[in-house]
Amino acid sequence: MELRAAYAECLAELMKEDKHVVVLDADLSKASGTRKMYDRFPDQMFDVGIAEQNMASIAAGMASYGFKPYIESFTPFATRRICDQATISIAYAKRNVKIVGTDPGISAQLNGGTHMSMEDIGVMRSIPGMVIYEPVDVTQLKAAMPVINDYDGAVYIRLFRKETPDVFGEGYKFDLFKADKLRDGNDLSVFVSGMFTRDVVDIAEELAAEGISCDVLNIHTIKPIDKESVIESARKTGNVITIENHNIIGGLHSAVCEALAQEKVPVSAVGINDRFGEVGKLPYLREAFGLTKEDIKKAIVDAASLK
Amino acid sequence: MSYDLKEVSKDIRCDIMTCIGHLGVGHIGGCLSIVEALAVLYFEAMNIDPKNPQMEGRDRFICSKGHAGPAVYAALANRGYFDKSELLTLNIGGTHLPSHCDMLLTPGIDMTAGSLGQGFSCAAGIALASKLENDGATIYAMVGDGESQEGQIWEAAMFAASRHLSNFIAFTDYNKMQIDDYVANVNDIAPLGDKWRAFGWNVIEVENGNDVDQVSAAVKEAKGLRNSGKPTMIILNTIKGCGVSFIEEMGVANHNANISEEDAKRAIEEIRG
Repeated sequence: MELRAAYAECLAELMKEDKHVVVLDADLSKASGTRKMYDRFPDQMFDVGIAEQNMASIAAGMASYGFKPYIESFTPFATRRICDQATISIAYAKRNVKIVGTDPGISAQLNGGTHMSMEDIGVMRSIPGMVIYEPVDVTQLKAAMPVINDYDGAVYIRLFRKETPDVFGEGYKFDLFKADKLRDGNDLSVFVSGMFTRDVVDIAEELAAEGISCDVLNIHTIKPIDKESVIESARKTGNVITIENHNIIGGLHSAVCEALAQEKVPVSAVGINDRFGEVGKLPYLREAFGLTKEDIKKAIVDAASLK
Repeated sequence: MSYDLKEVSKDIRCDIMTCIGHLGVGHIGGCLSIVEALAVLYFEAMNIDPKNPQMEGRDRFICSKGHAGPAVYAALANRGYFDKSELLTLNIGGTHLPSHCDMLLTPGIDMTAGSLGQGFSCAAGIALASKLENDGATIYAMVGDGESQEGQIWEAAMFAASRHLSNFIAFTDYNKMQIDDYVANVNDIAPLGDKWRAFGWNVIEVENGNDVDQVSAAVKEAKGLRNSGKPTMIILNTIKGCGVSFIEEMGVANHNANISEEDAKRAIEEIRG
């Protein structure tokens, strides 16, 4: 199942229960997976056209009337394009608006550099009070949506919208403010967000056989980061690496380094090295940006040798 | 209860002078230009309860030109939302009355505004929400003429007409000036009425937006257009700094000016006649 289908399914449930849950699109409802909901919820779905800034402020106004708006677009237009509206209309005014950006980082693929947000987490992370959540699979997203809907405040959902390999299984419990421990280990803390999570779990399994024991955490909520778990893991292993589909500046790596600023521990990084995107399919882009599974594994092995 | 709107306007104008004079500096020109609109809204047109600022189904006013906060605060204090003595805390650290309107700080402020263009979009969202709730409220917004250079104003204009938000009545404070120069010299917004008509709005042009009778008549006319299926823009031809001759004479320099307590005293004498 594509993550956008799971997202739309969750939204439909929430909208059915509460007529104040509304969705605003800026001509990308098909990409977000919510187009079909327009017939089912005609009084709760609003396509405002290609005007993302207007969409963000309209949502803030609706929130002032007790509505719970979700605004949707591609990640660059849901973040950097509306940076001031997200800051002032939504965050500064403490409006309960959920911002959903699809196709983060290299996952924008054929839309290329103009549509690839390598900086969206950095932009949103510097807005006071903004919560940033990046799902990894259908199970987690389905568990997260009701929790996020109940949270009274602005949340940015960084949604990889296509199919993703499963990471979590039955019985999974989601806590918006608590990172998920995926593997216990003692040699190296591997903190991963988003689309590379399954790869990292597999790599950790392989490395265990090779004598490297990884402590793997999925940091699904990058802000506020689960500092307690991050520090606890870092103290246990004394060595950290972060893995993300974002510029190393401003994203997960930065958040982890801030959390560990008082700790004497090296923090290696896998991510996008301060460069813009380009067109290509995912296998090409992962290679071009040094983000293949092999690249990630090598970086983890290199990091493990630092201790 | 009906109020003498001319007297109310004088009171609001004097209180603007008092609080900005007490502070020593402020957005005086664009505060004084909207006084009559505020008098008509808060003392005649709007269904509000100063004792219950969050009353459900109330009419709302969004001052999208958020820097006119002091004028709105003066109107709110005169209407009984809070004690007039609070006006002297304008812009002092910890105040409930910041330079730009903040819904989290001030009773009676319906939306935070200050980053130009945004308040108007928020107002459109509020108008849509009110329409969905079918609560019969009227949503009012005030837009600056300089602010009308923001693209977001026109995004919201298109949206409000497209959604037939006939519960939405907006004003343009057309005082013809902005910070750097006359609006016409910077990036002209004329012909303003034609623009709003072209965007699908009813347009009412008020020759003298600093005449309470003309403003009152325009708001009544706008309310009568509720079944038109269109939002309404009331273009108020105003004078920036209206009512205080030495401030009017500053011209474009009156956007944000130093005002001493002595200046304020002199202004109040002139306003009271």
